Amino acid sequence: MSRIKARFDALKAEGRGALIPYLQAYDPDLETSQRLLDSMPGAGADLIEIGVPFSDPSADGPTIQAAARRGLKAGATLCGVLGMVRRFREKDRETPVILMGYLNPIDSYGPAQFCKDAAASGVDGLIIVDLPKEEADLLEPDATANGLDIIRLVAPNAPDARLPYVLQGASGFIYYVSITGITGTRTASTEELGRALPRIRAVSALPVAIGFGIRTPEQAAAAARVGDAAVVASALIATLSDTLVEDRATEATLPAVLAQLSAFASAVRAG
Amino acid sequence: MSALWYRRNLLAVSILAPDRTIKMSSEAPSRPNSLRSGPDERGRFGTFGGQFVAETLMPLVQDLTAAYQAAKADPAFREELDYYFRDYVGRPSPLWHARRLSETLGGARIYLKREELNHTGSHKLNNVMGQILLARRMGKTRIVAETGAGQHGVATATVCALFGLKCTIYMGAVDVERQKPNVFRMHLLGAEVRPVTAGSGTLKDAMNEAMRDWVANVHDTYFLVGTVAGPHPYPEMVRDFQSVIGIETREQIMQAEGRLPDVLVAAIGGGSNAMGLFHPFLDDPTVRLIGVEAAGHGLDSGFTAASISRGRSGVLHGNRTYLLQDGDGQIAEAHSISAGLDYPGIGPEHSWLNDIGRAEYVGVTDTEALEAFQLLTRTEGIIPALECAHGLAHVMKIAPGMTPDQIVILNLSGRGDKDIFTVADRLGVAL
Repeated sequence: MSRIKARFDALKAEGRGALIPYLQAYDPDLETSQRLLDSMPGAGADLIEIGVPFSDPSADGPTIQAAARRGLKAGATLCGVLGMVRRFREKDRETPVILMGYLNPIDSYGPAQFCKDAAASGVDGLIIVDLPKEEADLLEPDATANGLDIIRLVAPNAPDARLPYVLQGASGFIYYVSITGITGTRTASTEELGRALPRIRAVSALPVAIGFGIRTPEQAAAAARVGDAAVVASALIATLSDTLVEDRATEATLPAVLAQLSAFASAVRAG
Repeated sequence: MSALWYRRNLLAVSILAPDRTIKMSSEAPSRPNSLRSGPDERGRFGTFGGQFVAETLMPLVQDLTAAYQAAKADPAFREELDYYFRDYVGRPSPLWHARRLSETLGGARIYLKREELNHTGSHKLNNVMGQILLARRMGKTRIVAETGAGQHGVATATVCALFGLKCTIYMGAVDVERQKPNVFRMHLLGAEVRPVTAGSGTLKDAMNEAMRDWVANVHDTYFLVGTVAGPHPYPEMVRDFQSVIGIETREQIMQAEGRLPDVLVAAIGGGSNAMGLFHPFLDDPTVRLIGVEAAGHGLDSGFTAASISRGRSGVLHGNRTYLLQDGDGQIAEAHSISAGLDYPGIGPEHSWLNDIGRAEYVGVTDTEALEAFQLLTRTEGIIPALECAHGLAHVMKIAPGMTPDQIVILNLSGRGDKDIFTVADRLGVAL
């Protein structure tokens, strides 16, 4: 059984939703982001999303754009990101790791070789922002052959007729992009989420993670209640960014991000 | 495709009576083995093109595809477009026999397709006119666009003023600085210009920001792309609207010379003026097609915008195409004296035409373009945009080696008034 499925099954048995924090690889440097990654399960992460820095993150808001710039400046490469996951796996065999990013670095690496290397490094799933279902044949056969889940995204403006098409053959979980917009901007209301989730549940039995615009522990708890998981990204990166001096990590960096992550985790666990 | 078929097609074309109405290229009969029938149903030209966009944008590009196909099939849409082309844009644009330029270079007879005489001073209005009519048909009330040199931004702001639509233009902060006159024009026309500081502060970053705006305002906003790039259907749609250039050129050269040209030359940033000129000639194998990319400081200097010559296949801004990128798939910053060519990608149909060998792509440096800029000004009394000065610089290289019975047509895609500050600066003149 895949780590993603095992984790969601276990949480279901516990009767609670999951918290999925996000970090941008190499932000602000390799050592800090490795330590952050390694410390996340202890602070309450149920699954972890690692952002792969890209020069042109066209679906991201200013917070993640800045994180990607810092990551690239610190020397991030796709190969280097896989190295982070390998080192994480030496200590943690259970927490699922999902890479999130844009297609071109993977296309440049070579889809077949990438899927092989990612699986061998301990990656469990991929979220590729600019790879809609229509173009997914570029990667899906190699991902499937290597046991990687390609996490399908669903947006609020998808017509009903599109949902079965997008979700056919989906695996792992479903990522519900809760707003039409970029990351770290608007927040969806509980009513909006309440209307959206039944449309997805009617089509797929997979767990649904809700992301984009979750800023507070209360919002995360609500999303994990209505859906099955809450993704928190820009809020954590904004905290990290606030502790930096001239884009360099300080003593305050890790404690500040991990304390905020713990607060999110407590709220999600309280339900 | 057989040589016999090529010859037959050529003959058929040469006996066609000149047709005075303005047509989009889509009206041409498409043959199963024509090079003009792309893209396929997935929006691809060979392996290039496609729809690599976020899931939130998929319903939008699908709506747009359906709306464009419906408009393309509707004679009323074409009549409306013809009307605006004629009475507002000022079409057809002349095909000028540049005698002094031809004599000066010695060799080929050189013609200039005078797209710089269009309203707003470039070919950009052809595409913008088509898309704004489509946006109105779709009931959109707000327009966003990206711009590099500002020509597309000015054209977009112009039609938004004409139809009373809200208009937001994204422009790299670097370009805002080097194209001040166009920024002021856009303000006068009532558009909001948002400078983009992300990345290199040029066209690709403006494109990212326009896409972010579109995804956040899906309900009322139309994204008016300025070149033959982006997710399907943009490359096809922009090409169709720009093909009026090549359709007119074909008729005009047949009238003037009674035969097809030997060489067509056009400068390429994203590639819309080149695609518009080339497309109606794709099935004429005797016509050489040459796209001129901006080599910046030189093709191997590391400071270039020559995506085909120095890039490789990748995915950016919704399509697969040749891109300037590093070994890890990070997009490189393009460099050119011309803000309009400063883009690390190129339209996917050009990438395909390169790979099948139907069109050639060459590079011209900043310095060569500056020389061409001055030559045209002095021999023909026409100040060209720095963009098409790149095309002319290549004509300067090939024309002397040709004979006076050979014909070269250069797409003079824009006027150079906007560039006089940049040129003065390079020539060491304080204005």
